[in-house]
Amino acid sequence: MIYETLFMNGYGIYVWSAFLFTVVSFISLYITTKSQYVREKKKFVAKFGTLNSERADFAKSQSINKEILSNTSNI
Amino acid sequence: MFKFLEPNRIFSITSKAPRYVFILFIIVFFIGLFEALILSPEDYKQSHSVRIMYVHVPAAWISIGIFSTITFLSLIGYIFKIKNFFLISKSLAPSGLVFNVIALVTGSIWGKPTWGTWWAWDARITSMLILALFYLMYLISWRIYDNNDKVYKISSIIAIFGIINVPIIKYSVDWWNTLHQPASINIFSKSSIHESMLLPLLIMTAAFALFSLLIFLMKYNTELIKIKNKGLDRL
Repeated sequence: MIYETLFMNGYGIYVWSAFLFTVVSFISLYITTKSQYVREKKKFVAKFGTLNSERADFAKSQSINKEILSNTSNI
Repeated sequence: MFKFLEPNRIFSITSKAPRYVFILFIIVFFIGLFEALILSPEDYKQSHSVRIMYVHVPAAWISIGIFSTITFLSLIGYIFKIKNFFLISKSLAPSGLVFNVIALVTGSIWGKPTWGTWWAWDARITSMLILALFYLMYLISWRIYDNNDKVYKISSIIAIFGIINVPIIKYSVDWWNTLHQPASINIFSKSSIHESMLLPLLIMTAAFALFSLLIFLMKYNTELIKIKNKGLDRL
């Protein structure tokens, strides 16, 4: 059973490499997108920290800024 | 008209959704892999190499679907001046390109045991390669131009020219003599694929669609934060 699943009548090398390429592409795209998101969020939090209290209050009045600053549940 | 689609309103949803989409994607993807690699039968002609179909076909479908969506949103965005549609289009493009590359590479891997060659300048394969070039041009246009109005215009033009290629991809196997086989699944007529193969194919398509939704949401959130970063500079 295991032998057949791995070698697939000699086609295993083709089948497994196609699936492996797909999974590697998924992981690479996910990591790239995630790192871009984290970088932008860090930049936003750092910029927010430099605002004086009046500007910070004004910025916080926008719901979207509050959402970004809160611990958004992006994985 | 499209006020409900304003970024400020939908960010609360798009920022929370990726977690749930990710969990759902993992579940559907593993069921799909089990179906595709273990449960589905081998083909009477192609033997086990037919299993490559379960990644090749969904990737091709999704990449074509994403490009069509990009064109539609760009066109509507340009006509009605809805900037958010351009942002959605821009966020969809990376996963579209990756799916296009997966379709080309897995198709090439499938070609070797089936046709005896890794690559042929066949109408279907060449038109898919052209689609990848349009994806690249689309993404590069967003990198090159800083001016919003210019990038909206250029990216829309690229999408509109690129969409001409989509029906060519679809009908290339009927219009020309190609190595690539004709469609096995038809929406309006009886499909020639057996249910035991159709089920894993549909599950893998659902998994790929969920993955593209996940990447889209993450990319869209990144773009919104980028805009908000610029907003903080102006305060």
